[in-house]
Amino acid sequence: MTITAPAPVDPAELERSATDGLRSWHSVCSLDDLEPNWGEAALVEGRQIALFRLATDEVFAVEQRDPATEAHVMARGIVGSRGDRPTIASPLHKQVYDLRTGERLDGPGDALAAFEVRVVNGIVQVAA
Amino acid sequence: MSNPRQSTPATDSATPTADSAPAVRRVVVVGGGPAAHRFVEAMAARGLEGSGGFEVTVLTEEAHLPYDRVALSKALLSDVDLTLGEAEMWDTPGVTLKTGAKAVRLDSGARVVHTEDGGEHPYDELVLATGSSAARLPIAGADKSYVYRTLEDVWFLRAEIARLAEDLGRTPAVAVIGGGLLGIEAAAGAQSLGAEAAIIDGSPWPMNRQLDEGAGQALTRLIGAKGFTMHGGVFPSEIVADETGAVTGVLMADERVIPADLVVVAIGVRPRDELVRAAVDEAGAAGENGSATFEVGPRGGVVIDETCATGVDGVWAIGEVASFGGMCLGLVAPANTMAEIVADRLHGGEATFPGFDTATKLKLSGVDVASFGDAFAQEPGALEIVYADPARGVYQKVVTTDDARTLLGGIFVGDATPYLSLRPLLGRELPAEPGAFLSAAGGGDAPETELPDDAILCSCNNVAAGTLRDAVNACGTCEGKDPVQDVAGLKACTRAGTQCGSCVPMIKKLLEAELTKSGVTVSKALCEHISLSRQELFDAIRVLELTSFEDIMSRYGTGSGCDICKPTIASILASQHSAYVLDAGRGTLQDTNDRALANMQKDGTYSVVPRIPGGEITPEKLGVIAAVAQKYNLYTKITGGQRIDMFGARLEQLPEIWKELIDAGMESGQAYGKSLRTVKSCVGSTWCRYGQQDSVGMAIQLELRYRGLRSPHKLKLGVSGCARECAEARGKDVGVIATADGWNLYVGGNGGATPAHAQLLAKDLDDETLIKYIDRYFMYYIRTADRLQRTARWQEELDGGLEHVRQVVVEDSLGIAEDLEAAMAKHVDNYEDEWAATLADPERLRRFRSFVNAPDALDDSIVHVAERDQIRPATEREKVSLGASIPVRPSAAPSALSEGV
Ligand SMILES: Cc1cc2nc3c(=O)[nH]c(=O)nc-3n(C[C@H](O)[C@H](O)[C@H](O)COP(=O)(O)OP(=O)(O)OC[C@H]3O[C@@H](n4cnc5c(N)ncnc54)[C@H](O)[C@@H]3O)c2cc1C
Ligand code: SF4
Ligand code: FES
Repeated sequence: MTITAPAPVDPAELERSATDGLRSWHSVCSLDDLEPNWGEAALVEGRQIALFRLATDEVFAVEQRDPATEAHVMARGIVGSRGDRPTIASPLHKQVYDLRTGERLDGPGDALAAFEVRVVNGIVQVAA
Repeated sequence: MSNPRQSTPATDSATPTADSAPAVRRVVVVGGGPAAHRFVEAMAARGLEGSGGFEVTVLTEEAHLPYDRVALSKALLSDVDLTLGEAEMWDTPGVTLKTGAKAVRLDSGARVVHTEDGGEHPYDELVLATGSSAARLPIAGADKSYVYRTLEDVWFLRAEIARLAEDLGRTPAVAVIGGGLLGIEAAAGAQSLGAEAAIIDGSPWPMNRQLDEGAGQALTRLIGAKGFTMHGGVFPSEIVADETGAVTGVLMADERVIPADLVVVAIGVRPRDELVRAAVDEAGAAGENGSATFEVGPRGGVVIDETCATGVDGVWAIGEVASFGGMCLGLVAPANTMAEIVADRLHGGEATFPGFDTATKLKLSGVDVASFGDAFAQEPGALEIVYADPARGVYQKVVTTDDARTLLGGIFVGDATPYLSLRPLLGRELPAEPGAFLSAAGGGDAPETELPDDAILCSCNNVAAGTLRDAVNACGTCEGKDPVQDVAGLKACTRAGTQCGSCVPMIKKLLEAELTKSGVTVSKALCEHISLSRQELFDAIRVLELTSFEDIMSRYGTGSGCDICKPTIASILASQHSAYVLDAGRGTLQDTNDRALANMQKDGTYSVVPRIPGGEITPEKLGVIAAVAQKYNLYTKITGGQRIDMFGARLEQLPEIWKELIDAGMESGQAYGKSLRTVKSCVGSTWCRYGQQDSVGMAIQLELRYRGLRSPHKLKLGVSGCARECAEARGKDVGVIATADGWNLYVGGNGGATPAHAQLLAKDLDDETLIKYIDRYFMYYIRTADRLQRTARWQEELDGGLEHVRQVVVEDSLGIAEDLEAAMAKHVDNYEDEWAATLADPERLRRFRSFVNAPDALDDSIVHVAERDQIRPATEREKVSLGASIPVRPSAAPSALSEGV
């Protein structure tokens, strides 16, 4: 899920939003650090996640670990779509997952954990 | 015997049964060839349980499960599994197969078959399916010749030709005696193994039992063009050998000696009727006059009636050993039919043998020969409509009734396309005047009429057009009754096309026609986003000069692409423009390995392979590789392509590693791309005492020419310095083998899961022509192949197969040779080393980082442990026992890692 907040936000707002309710938001990198459709791995609280910026500037985050092989590689897969769902294919054996929910789409199998993402003031934040 | 249901005898050994439960009927089959296999399959399909049930025992002297003799030649070139049908069938309850069990005596009075090992097999029903053996030649020295009938024969030839090449240090010469179908097939087999083949036949032209003189002349031409020498019209009188016993040639009746290192005899077959002959003799000696006995046919074999019953109660005969109408039929189609008939009769049916058509088609690429029906126009009043062009090696003849309407037979040489559609019309009215079917005459506008439902489309398996239509439209008998929509499905479900394969083009046509009728469009779409086939897409991109994914998708695609269309488009763009693969948004299209310009391994680390052209490397460069591997603690292994692979590099280490390699004068080996991999070579004439050309020099030249060439699948080449083939070039997409006069060019060899040997495309080429042909071959493949289709499958599936490739590459039949060469020249000019280009640009380098927000942190999920003095990935278990989140072990190159990117 992505919330894009294009308008400049005042820094105090950014601070306050770091914890809202039970989630805590972590600033990861700036949107400009991400190239469209090119995944990047990131470390969030010691946990490896895979970040994807689409051509529409939406940003998604799923776990970096490939459920099928346990290798930490998902960011290096190919971004695509199935119908209107944005997808990521594992670089090792090409299992396809829904980027929004982490659901496996090409057959039965473990889902990927998906994380909420928002872009605030050009900064990508992940809820983890 | 008339009704087999009443013929179940109560033999001594039969289990006593209550009236209500009929006894199990013991069916013994002697012989384990295609006929026996089909019989058991037909029995199992009809059920072995009903009315008391059956126990079927097959006795075969061979060591193998019944195999497909028709496809025997395939076993010459590779270790294919020719087992007929599913091997599991032999595990069906009630079915027993005894291999290595030769039947030596038949006691039809006591109803027992005795095997060589002393076994006794009592039967209620006996099916003789002993087939034939290859006929031997009654001339001096014949004991030094070989035949072509069993797997062992073929394996022997393969080993022997290799041995001769090795011992003689030159191309071995093989003489095949017999110019019939089998002889030509054997000669082609010998040639494909690298031998020179000559065919010797006593009659003036080859295949004289199937072809008239005009057709024979055309065939002689074609055979000559294939590189066989044909010696017709003279009989051989002796196989001569030197004092060591090694064969040196064949002495002919006219005193000529045809030189040969190996002689294969393929002059026909003899039915294996010895069991029956012995039984007849025994009965005669015992004076059992009056009791029914076997009849032996005029040309051998056991005489059967139209129910496939022999003259002895409870004994049937099927396949090549059965003599029907005075003849034993040397084809699988009648053998299959007979097998079905006996199975039907044992199940209480009334099937009869309808007679047969001895239609034959030679299975030899580039030599199109077919003959069917009344080929010699022996029917009174029969008309022969002929087109002959002996110079071009073309002959076509249609034989009809005197009113020119009903098709009686035909002969096609050089161009047998019309045979496929005419064959099922045998005995029927022709849909057009006969001349329309002589395609080579140019007037060939034969109408595309629909075959009637009862026309037999696959004669080997007796499958009618209607049966195929039923399967396509899901009203057939196929399992689950799902509609069958591809050729593979039709083959599996109806068996059509599974034997000689000559009907496959017709099956394809019928399938497409049916699908079109039912509104199914035959989809060649790449994936859900691109509705074009790879070839169409390639052409569109080329013609419109498209260069970006976005442009291509906006014209031809929907959605945002996927792991199928993105890499395909990336590969097409790379083939056409040779531009840096990770620029201009193309990076996001690349497949796993191309994305990092390295091969991803199971734990997410990469392997690094520098190019070692032709496998030639200086000690200094070996030292560089050693130093890099040591510094970064990489696991090293020599690859099958004669280079060195270094494993275990992290994504962020790749640029540093490559910098060191490139500074030392090495370049990317592109082991990661669907692109040219390596050119393997032997040491060749420079050092080897057998070498005929400089294979290393040629390999380096080829590798430097085609390096970086991206293609539908990986490409490999091999160059051997002589016929001994130490480089195993024929296992490569392009194999080059030196001859005394230049190079032989082989194409379409693949290793992998379905290995294929490369086929000869052209002989004795000079360097320049060799490279020109390879340029054309590769570019034609790159333009027309499907995604991930390797060259072997590609050239097999192209219409016209290898012969078509030869015409395009050698004869420029499509007039595109210049264009193909120009495209290759462009590739050669634009080549740049991808790793050098990456290192030169900080933007490109940025991508090689472990974490976007912590580029200096290490991925701690990568854990290596030591094995045989090198690293390997830890198993999940080892990781746990080492502590789940330990950082990378010191064994994984601490010095390098701490430097960061
Ligand atoms: C190279 C080649 C190419 C061919 N190409 C074609 C083609 O394109 N089209 C076509 O229609 N036909 C072709 N044929 C012919 C086809 O293979 C035969 O018609 C077919 O194999 C006949 O089957 P069968 O079961 O009757 O006999 P076989 O295949 O001869 O099988 C008989 C089996 O019985 C075994 N046997 C014999 N006696 C005994 C015994 N006493 N005890 C135990 N076992 C015994 C034999 O060892 C053998 O395994 C080709 C044949 C060859 C050799
Ligand atoms: S190394 Fe090369 S030249 Fe020498 S025998 Fe082998 S194939 Fe022939
Ligand atoms: S005609 Fe031989 S397989 Fe169909």
